[in-house]
Amino acid sequence: MEITTRALWTLIHGMGFGALYLLASSGALLELYRLTTPSPPSPPTPGQFRFLNMYLVAMVVLAWAAVLTGAYVIYPWYRATPPPGAVDLSLFPQHLLMSNPATSGWHSLGMEWKEHVAWFAPISITTVAFVFIRYGRDLANHKQLRAAVLAFAAASFIAAGIAGCFGAMLNKNAPIQGGPSIQLSHGGVE
Amino acid sequence: MSSPPPTPPPNPSALTNGSGAAAILSAAIGAFALSICAIAADKMPSVNAALVFYKPTGPLSGVTTLAILLWILTWGILEFRWRKRTVALGFTCSVAFTLLALSFLLTFPPIADLF
Repeated sequence: MEITTRALWTLIHGMGFGALYLLASSGALLELYRLTTPSPPSPPTPGQFRFLNMYLVAMVVLAWAAVLTGAYVIYPWYRATPPPGAVDLSLFPQHLLMSNPATSGWHSLGMEWKEHVAWFAPISITTVAFVFIRYGRDLANHKQLRAAVLAFAAASFIAAGIAGCFGAMLNKNAPIQGGPSIQLSHGGVE
Repeated sequence: MSSPPPTPPPNPSALTNGSGAAAILSAAIGAFALSICAIAADKMPSVNAALVFYKPTGPLSGVTTLAILLWILTWGILEFRWRKRTVALGFTCSVAFTLLALSFLLTFPPIADLF
């Protein structure tokens, strides 16, 4: 069992950072709503606020790690230009997709949207984390600010969802490949 | 005889809303700037070339770097001006939500291609 370094980086970007961020988003939305509700059934403890502070900081790190690895590690491999006359485009995913009308939309719509909309996730969640950490329990007293924080958390989730969905489909139609192989295990021959 | 101290309002806010409003509005401005820069880079070859800050990533590097710089700069300025103030949050949030919604729409290729 082996994996190429490019595929490993894609895995780290998509599953390590992106998917984990998406998983964390639903929890963040729920906890933000619960901890800042003006009349909670039981008052939240300081420990719950501390936990959500750390949770949101971890989300900020994940979101920035996802877009930065996406833009500066994987995207250059995706958009690399093949040498003139190249027939095998498997190492040039953008050109591979664009070479077939059945797959060109994955680039012209999918990647073109993903590469920009993905950045709304870290921008929004950084804002959410800042406001929550700054206001804490007091956020329950700022009704409009609380609504804005929840809306930005939802926007971050949507942006990451769009990017993640298209990322998965792009990698399914034109996987990022190449680079040295890493041997993960030696399989037996049956 | 001194009069009794005034009764505090229920749920007094320890902080003004200015700092939160600054964060919300600046994030929306940053997102909107990103969508405008992306359209400009796509439609104008000179802008496209100028925004190649890191060649392997192409103009995306300049588009996102500029938007993030504008976001951070706007945030810093608004935070400095609003942090101790109570601002019209309803209006600020309306502007922020509009900009954020436009940002999503303007990055969607079928809409971006209309320009």
